[in-house]
Amino acid sequence: MLLGGATLIFLFVMVLLALAMRRRDAPGQASGERVWIVGLGLAFPLTVLAALLAYGLVVGERLLPRPGPGVVDVGAEGRQWDWHFTYADAPGRMTEGVLHIPAGRPVDVAITSADVIHSFWVPRLAGKLDAIPGHVNVLRIEAWVPGDYAGVSSEYNGPGYTGHDFTVRAHDEAAWADFLAGEAP
Amino acid sequence: MTALRLHRELTRIWASEPGWKGWFTTVNHNDLGRMFIVASIVFFVIGGVLAMLIRAQLASPRSAFMAPETYAQVFTMHGTIMMFLFAIPLIEGVAVYLLPKMLGTRDLAFPRLTAYGFWCYVLGGSLLILSLLLGIAPDSGWFMYPPLSSTLGSPGINSDFWLLGITFVEISAISAAVEITVTILRYRAPGMSLDRMPVYAWYILVVAVMILTGFPPMILGSILLELERAFGMPFFQVENGGDSLLWQHLFWLFGHPEVYIIFLPAAAVISTILPVMARTTLLGYGWVVAAAVSLGVLSFGIWVHHMFTTGIPHMGLAFFSAASTLVAVPTAVQIFAWIGTLWKGRPELHLPMLWILAFFATFVIGGLTGVMVAVVPFDWQVHDTHFVVAHLHYVLVGGFVFPMLAALYYWLPHVTGRRRFFKLGETAFWLIMVGFHITFLAVHWAGLLGQRRRTHTYDEGQGWEIINLIASIGGFVTAIGFALVILDIVVNAAVAVRGSRDPWQAGTLEWAMPTPPAAYNFASLPEIRSRDPLRDDPALPVRIARGEGWLGDASRGRRESLTVATATGEPAQVVVLPGNTGLPLLMAVTTGGIFVGMLLKLYWLVPLAALGVATLAARWAWGLGATRDEGPVEGRPGLVLALASESVDPPGWWGSLFLLLADATLLGSLLFGYAFLWTVAPNWPPPTWAEPGLLAPSLALVGAALSVTGIQLADLRLRQERGPWLGFLLGLAGSVALALAAGMVLLGTDPTAHAYNATLWVLGGFVVLHAGLAGLMTLYLTCRYAAGFVTGRRIGEARIVRLWTDYAAGTGLLALAAAWLPGAVA
Repeated sequence: MLLGGATLIFLFVMVLLALAMRRRDAPGQASGERVWIVGLGLAFPLTVLAALLAYGLVVGERLLPRPGPGVVDVGAEGRQWDWHFTYADAPGRMTEGVLHIPAGRPVDVAITSADVIHSFWVPRLAGKLDAIPGHVNVLRIEAWVPGDYAGVSSEYNGPGYTGHDFTVRAHDEAAWADFLAGEAP
Repeated sequence: MTALRLHRELTRIWASEPGWKGWFTTVNHNDLGRMFIVASIVFFVIGGVLAMLIRAQLASPRSAFMAPETYAQVFTMHGTIMMFLFAIPLIEGVAVYLLPKMLGTRDLAFPRLTAYGFWCYVLGGSLLILSLLLGIAPDSGWFMYPPLSSTLGSPGINSDFWLLGITFVEISAISAAVEITVTILRYRAPGMSLDRMPVYAWYILVVAVMILTGFPPMILGSILLELERAFGMPFFQVENGGDSLLWQHLFWLFGHPEVYIIFLPAAAVISTILPVMARTTLLGYGWVVAAAVSLGVLSFGIWVHHMFTTGIPHMGLAFFSAASTLVAVPTAVQIFAWIGTLWKGRPELHLPMLWILAFFATFVIGGLTGVMVAVVPFDWQVHDTHFVVAHLHYVLVGGFVFPMLAALYYWLPHVTGRRRFFKLGETAFWLIMVGFHITFLAVHWAGLLGQRRRTHTYDEGQGWEIINLIASIGGFVTAIGFALVILDIVVNAAVAVRGSRDPWQAGTLEWAMPTPPAAYNFASLPEIRSRDPLRDDPALPVRIARGEGWLGDASRGRRESLTVATATGEPAQVVVLPGNTGLPLLMAVTTGGIFVGMLLKLYWLVPLAALGVATLAARWAWGLGATRDEGPVEGRPGLVLALASESVDPPGWWGSLFLLLADATLLGSLLFGYAFLWTVAPNWPPPTWAEPGLLAPSLALVGAALSVTGIQLADLRLRQERGPWLGFLLGLAGSVALALAAGMVLLGTDPTAHAYNATLWVLGGFVVLHAGLAGLMTLYLTCRYAAGFVTGRRIGEARIVRLWTDYAAGTGLLALAAAWLPGAVA
């Protein structure tokens, strides 16, 4: 939708430009400041942007972590060049490189860093959020079907950056119970 | 006097020294503008070679061409060079060359400062290139996020090169901004009121003020990070009360205005060239100026949009998202004003116009992807992918490089005095246009498929191979195009045929002179009555050359120029400008000692170099002024004007005012950082607050009061032609007392203990530095008075010292209050 709108606006501007460049016999006088500047320069972008902003805020609001029933809390700590994951439902349990979550339930990932700035990004589950030393950022993710989802760091963090990835493994209900009980997934 | 005799006389007065020596001693904006431009193009070529290395590396999966460590240096330096060593200096160079000519004056306000800025830029830039050649270049990305860029992530010398080299280069940005501001506000042709100013000057005025208020946060950030790296002051270390987010705020507080600092000069060029190419005038001059000003203001409200993924609260995001989309409005006003101008006129398709069309096609796409990125959920997905890389290249190349190429071809006949004969430029145009779009459309696509920026390689099978290969091929085509442009310029500058004076039939004043221009620009300064003086009066160049305007008489044998009243353009003062000198180069080399001392940890060199700078600065200022009153001089037959050196507001006063604006922004950023750490950083409050006691605050209050009254008394007594000694003495004592009070802050705190203590230390250091400066200036003024330079009529220098003293006292009390308040309350 964004792309389509942007293409339309781009084509519109290019058509205006092309029309302007074609040679005319007499310089046009009809269109003055009112049309060009007040109409196209002010009113047009203000309308488009107001709509866009409202859309962005509504979508953004929906992505926010809200407390609710059945939310699973996990922790993610980035370091050069590894991720450590912890689980509120299984205290003391720590996994490296693989984050286990239940499928079909909202999960809040509390993200932080042990050294430099990293960013937690699982493209198929959510946008990215930074891991900043001393701060905890909470990201809401939800996997609809069980399976493995690829995750990467997405803030440059030194020579090991390229290979700094992890996996999010979504389990069905039974496997999740097994995991919490301490059995190998 | 005939035109030819006047030309000979003025050339004798204004010419640079002949031969190689002239390069190092010139202070003329004609020379320095060209030197700035050539140097920035050299850095552009270096940055371009790095870009080609990047595309070579990414052309195939699992490439073994570069190791990740090397690749990190290459992409960091590519961004750094293009931003700081190419774009900003090119803008400065073009403005240095063009502004005096467009404004109808003979040189910039502070010619020696132009030269000093140029040498700081070349020396600082060379430092960075040296690090690249030695393989120890900065490698944390061009925005240098700590902790990665600090001792934790980069224990080597790499980051120091960036922090010190770039700060050294920024001296040139600040000094250029100061003199551009003063030049535009004060040095114009008589009668050129603000609303008759060329639109280019309006844009550059906005840019200069933005540099003065936008660069200090980053300069402060660099200083703080260097203090952390060198002396362990933990501004960005979370265990000791620092916060790495502070850097991001300071950096983007600079970094987003920076985007507009780069775009607005390009818009200035388009607003100047496009109406000429369309054989008409700009549609909506007032609207365009208003759009430029509001872009300048809005751009300071949107730095957080580079930090949407750092966990800022959603309401905060909403505000910054709104502000970010809002900047599209003044941009749209300008775009449609330009298209409307084309409709109004009869566009002709010369090469500069082709580049402007390329700008439209490219920049509109970049602007639209920019609006997409301003939508927070979208940004959460594409942030730090190649989509953002493509977006910023569309904005910066489309919005800056293409208009600058238009400018290059438009003003080339002015610089060389030749008509373009070899037509390589058209071929180059198509190569660059096609190559660029192939490359970055592909890069957009790779980003949407999830390819992260700054990864040195990727695996097969993700569907990225073909896209990257296409992008790399496009990149090399673009590079060939740029090489062809450079070849075209060199060939045409060297051997093309002589051209006519005003090849485009433009209306602005820079074409009202023979080309290439003489060192003095105008044999006499024209009286201006409209926005397009040359179009209204085609005989103007002849009358200027005959000396029929202002200052058309060279008999006083010195470099003279004119200042005007800021708003109306009424002639105000005659200024005597300094001649050729090697002092700026010497001063820049000495300044370099401070940076090299820090870089190599030769800390003894730092105070030594600072002392050298202070001595040279005194020597610099000593050369101005006179020991006898000259009285008003003839500006044109029958009309007399005061000399600037015999006025209450000489150019140096105005320059100080704007330099202090930048300085105050630096202090403001420091106080912002203090408040930020206090409220946001995790390990606050600190274990103990510093106790101010009674002695230090009383000393500070007395010191501030003494220094202000002392210099005021001296000013008053000077005007009454009575001895100002008591005033000097009180002022000096006041400055010393203020510095002592601040010194007690420094001694009473361990700056490595906590970010709070480190902040106290920097606040105290700020006060010591400024009180010390005020004291030194008072001493200098005392010597000047004793030597007979300062009297009731030649009061300007006293007023400058008064400005600095008042500033030092005011900011000193503010900074010390901020340092002591928490301890006093607790």
